[in-house]
Amino acid sequence: MVASIGELEAPGEPPLPTGVAAEEIRGRSPWYLAWLRMRRNRVGLAFGVLFLLIVLACLAAPLWADHVAHTGPNENHITDKLLIDGQETYVVSPDGTPLAPGLHGRYLLGADQNGRDVMVRLLYGGRTSIYIGVVAALVTTVFAVLVGLLCGYYRGWIDAILSRVMDVVWAFPVLLLGIALGTALALGGLKIGAIVVAGDSLWIPILIIGLVYVPYMARPIRGEILALREKEFVEAAVAQGKGSLRIMLSELLPNVVSTIIVFFTLNIANNMLLESSLSFLGAGVRAPNASWGTMIADGYQTIYTAPHLTIVPGLLIVLTVLSLNVFGDGLRDALDPRAKIRLEH
Amino acid sequence: MLRFAARRILGMIAVLFAISVVVFLIFNVIPNSDPAARIAGKNANPALIARVTADLGLDQPIPVQYLTMMRKILTGELTSYASSQNVTDQIWKGLPATLSLCIGAAVLWMTLAVIFGYLSAVHSGKFTDRALTILSLTGISMPVFWLAAILLYYLSYKAQLFPTSSYVPFTKDPLDWAYHLILPWITLAVLFVGFYSRVLRSNMLDVMNEDYVRTARAKGIGERQVRLRHVLRNSMIPIVTLFGLDFGAVVGGGAILTETVFNLNGVGLYAGQAIGSLDLPPLMGVTIFGAFFIVLFNTIVDVLYAFLDPRIRLGEAAPA
Repeated sequence: MVASIGELEAPGEPPLPTGVAAEEIRGRSPWYLAWLRMRRNRVGLAFGVLFLLIVLACLAAPLWADHVAHTGPNENHITDKLLIDGQETYVVSPDGTPLAPGLHGRYLLGADQNGRDVMVRLLYGGRTSIYIGVVAALVTTVFAVLVGLLCGYYRGWIDAILSRVMDVVWAFPVLLLGIALGTALALGGLKIGAIVVAGDSLWIPILIIGLVYVPYMARPIRGEILALREKEFVEAAVAQGKGSLRIMLSELLPNVVSTIIVFFTLNIANNMLLESSLSFLGAGVRAPNASWGTMIADGYQTIYTAPHLTIVPGLLIVLTVLSLNVFGDGLRDALDPRAKIRLEH
Repeated sequence: MLRFAARRILGMIAVLFAISVVVFLIFNVIPNSDPAARIAGKNANPALIARVTADLGLDQPIPVQYLTMMRKILTGELTSYASSQNVTDQIWKGLPATLSLCIGAAVLWMTLAVIFGYLSAVHSGKFTDRALTILSLTGISMPVFWLAAILLYYLSYKAQLFPTSSYVPFTKDPLDWAYHLILPWITLAVLFVGFYSRVLRSNMLDVMNEDYVRTARAKGIGERQVRLRHVLRNSMIPIVTLFGLDFGAVVGGGAILTETVFNLNGVGLYAGQAIGSLDLPPLMGVTIFGAFFIVLFNTIVDVLYAFLDPRIRLGEAAPA
């Protein structure tokens, strides 16, 4: 690459400085520049690592369950007793109050009404919450990119129709649309042709959350594609005889990848919040599955006697969502050069 | 101007029509179960299911079913089969509590967002900015119902500073009305304070680089005046648009979580209770009601914009 730059230079321009080592004038890809900017954002990186740690902890849930807590997420221990400071203590005391959090190995974060270990449930519930957040974000991204590319590239009636459809989805309050779909699909599930989804499947909240957010991501992508479409490199691709599909996938798509990455990250955060809200109201994750949202919904029933059942899962949601938001914010600053100019003023 | 308004209102009617079709599809067509059994509620017997089928004409072709549903909604005849209450009446009954909650919260979130955003932009990059940024991001990252539960537990139950809420009508006792609403207002406002202050901050940083701000400084206007009258004022325009949309969304269903946890008997609580019993007619009514509010506020904002900015009503592209 470096050697060919000189050949491309118009005649009459000064030649490349000699004696400069090839390494020093090595081209820096936009991704490398973005990484350099991201690296300076210590706080953003720290929160990114925090998110990874939470994910790893949830993935390691069986380890904790088997080797520390010695119980599964759905095992009841209502009548069990535990030796704490040489004293026999009920896991759920006779008046119905469950064990509070404390440093006693098992039941690190206390127990719930059924004597289930909150720490174990939390780790397994986190798997559900994060899984829904990530998979729903993938659903949103796939549809949003598809819609954005088609609208921005073809314009005309395709754009008109898809944009109007998005306008209608946009006109619904997100939460209300989620609730309406969640309750309507809860009883019989979903059946589209050969695809059948049971009412208590995790795919119901995943699809609802994923689809509800499509317009919020598709609109900005469409806008960028509309602008990119007028650029010279697209004209050049057309002149080379590239087909529409190739132009969309290999010319336009790579140019919106940074936008997609930022939206994807922030989208996971939003999805997790929406999932918890839907689950809290009873229109999201359904038994036998458990998520942080359903744990709060259960715990809230007894907030005055056992506040830890509400506080702890909520804290984890805040921590996870906050880590994604701060990291995503940093990503946006790193990937969007305009934001960089803004920062350096 | 009138022509523009007329065009917008026609567009609004078209969107409302599309929304009603979507609501119909969500409740009657998409789900994979007998709609009559679903609408009749959790504990329905075969007789009730047969009555619902006849009532809603569920044995008729789909377009006829749609017309039947719309007639029920528009004439205010939509009734819950689980509680046999009229849906329109219940929504009207809940409106005062919902509006009290939303208007109060809106005043709070706009005031705080402007203060936080302004401070953040003016001290950009310094400690104040960083602290406020983390604070706003935390606000955005909190589940609303959880924040409500925590405030209730610590401030109402433990510290006994506030009542463990319920709604007191304004007409009954304005002071008690406000006292009961303080925590719900804070809860609902936190998310928006976080979001709006971030948007305002970045808008202000953009505007600070505009030529007219440099001109203002060059004319010798004091820094404070420049910030307040030139920078802040011009940065508020996108915020006002956002506000129109969000306020519509909050009235039209965004307050469900806050109302549910604080037990404020507004439209949101009504919807929240309907979810528990899988009672669909109230949800149908509230969803249409919510979408109506959003579309209405959307249109109001558009028309106001056109009133303020002639470029829009003359058909030019709206400024970004």
